[in-house]
Amino acid sequence: MDTIYLDHISATPLHPEVKRAMIDYISHSYGNPVSQHHVGDAALETLEGAREKVAGLINANPEEVIFTSGGTESINHAIKGVALARAEKGKHIVTSNIEHNAVLKSLRMLERMGYRVTSISVDEFGLVDPDDVKKAITDETILVSIMHANNEIGTVEPIAEIGRITRERKVPFHCDAVASTGVIPVDVQEMGVDLLSIAADQFYGPSGVGALYIRPKTEVWPLLDGGMQENSRRGGTHNMVGIVGMGKAAELAREEMPQRMEHVLHLKKAFIDGLGFIDEIIFNGHPTQSLPNLSSISVSYVEGESMMLLLDEEGICISTRSACASGSLRASHVLLSIGRDYAAAQGTLLFSFGMENTVEEVERALETLKKVVATLRNISPLYRKQKGN
Amino acid sequence: MYSETVMDHFKNPRNVGRIEDADAIGEVGNPVCGDMMTITLKVKDDRIEDIKFETFGCGAAIAVSSMVTEMAKGKTLEEALKISNKSVVEKLEGLPKNKLHCSNLGADALHQAIMDYYERKKGRAGRKKRQREKVEPLEKPEGHCYCPYCDAELPDEAVVCALCGKSTVHRGE
Repeated sequence: MDTIYLDHISATPLHPEVKRAMIDYISHSYGNPVSQHHVGDAALETLEGAREKVAGLINANPEEVIFTSGGTESINHAIKGVALARAEKGKHIVTSNIEHNAVLKSLRMLERMGYRVTSISVDEFGLVDPDDVKKAITDETILVSIMHANNEIGTVEPIAEIGRITRERKVPFHCDAVASTGVIPVDVQEMGVDLLSIAADQFYGPSGVGALYIRPKTEVWPLLDGGMQENSRRGGTHNMVGIVGMGKAAELAREEMPQRMEHVLHLKKAFIDGLGFIDEIIFNGHPTQSLPNLSSISVSYVEGESMMLLLDEEGICISTRSACASGSLRASHVLLSIGRDYAAAQGTLLFSFGMENTVEEVERALETLKKVVATLRNISPLYRKQKGN
Repeated sequence: MYSETVMDHFKNPRNVGRIEDADAIGEVGNPVCGDMMTITLKVKDDRIEDIKFETFGCGAAIAVSSMVTEMAKGKTLEEALKISNKSVVEKLEGLPKNKLHCSNLGADALHQAIMDYYERKKGRAGRKKRQREKVEPLEKPEGHCYCPYCDAELPDEAVVCALCGKSTVHRGE
């Protein structure tokens, strides 16, 4: 059985050239970039080369980028680091109600420490209204954190407009750009952000490595205290093989972005067109302001995990946002925030496409999905009730 | 994640459907938590002659429904009442720890159907809903939810189960 991997939002496969660069590095190199002998110097050179490439992907200066263990660490660092550094200036933080759990839980932790959080509601497409951000900012506000692209519905937020507001109000602005960086253009200057979180495994780099952009003069404390690494902004010996992979992946993402975007958008269109054959499907997210590689759909009357499992039986890998699949009680907060009812939210599937996918694969996935939905609706009491037997 | 037996019952569920002239109906669950189960019975001489189910839910919920109907088929009502959630899970060769809520629905639906049969026999109109968890309308669910690990009823938006201490928050990726 051939694998059809349509779950790039969870983690992309390694780009062959990234894999080569990583294997080459661990085959021939070792050492700690902090060491002052020639082995350490060579590692330092590799480290700084990778940093330049990552900075290039987001139009930053290399010294403004620090390496982390991934998107979650970057986000925790940005939010907790700014909150702690600016605690004396105020304890109010503004965010949206569709942020990733790394943001939500970091903020929940801060709330327990006495910070106050204003969570902005999004519209039915998942868009944040920049005006709402403007209204939410008070003299006590020490941080705004809004994501670039949502990882469950793909909606791309008006970050540049929000950035203009935060600059005017002189409030640091963190943007979780994990789902978007390497997929669509991300430019920290145009977006007007002060901190930006990214992860390598969203653009064909390895998992377990990410980066945080920090604009100079931003007040932020380290999350990991330790050695002098990253100009004392992030302690801990570098994950060199991961960083090498991330550097190569960033370089390739920058070079290949236009072709990649065109390819995945083509696949997404083929997918959406083909879905017309299944009735009662709701599309989640904004029709145009959205990631080109992600399609989020809610299939009425059936539950997500059961669809995911039956698709997997046919070799097709996707993600679901049902509560059952996540080991939680409830449907995703993102889907409820854009107005999906509980049953629809439980039937939500994410198809995310990559450069190695073909139209034939998308067509096979659609055919299989059609069968799976029919099978499960046939045993669904909700479907029967709706159809009146 | 699931045992072979669970996957077999999930992929090839037994006794799927709804008996139209059923002698009893049992219905439990709600879509807020992502599972809903209906069991219909045909009873002759206090014995379950036919049983069918319909389920909206995850792989575990469907496998549990299938297994509980297999176990109950042909049994007397008294015997069927002895089928416990635990015995269904044992027959399935176990379920992941966070699927306890789903696994409890199976025997609950069966027992409710049997109670419905007794009620009808006594001539009482209407059927009694499951005491603990009533079926809620899709449009306006009241939001009763249960811990996926220990099946304790939890208040709205609980992030940690008060009984077993496990986190109930969406895992995401």
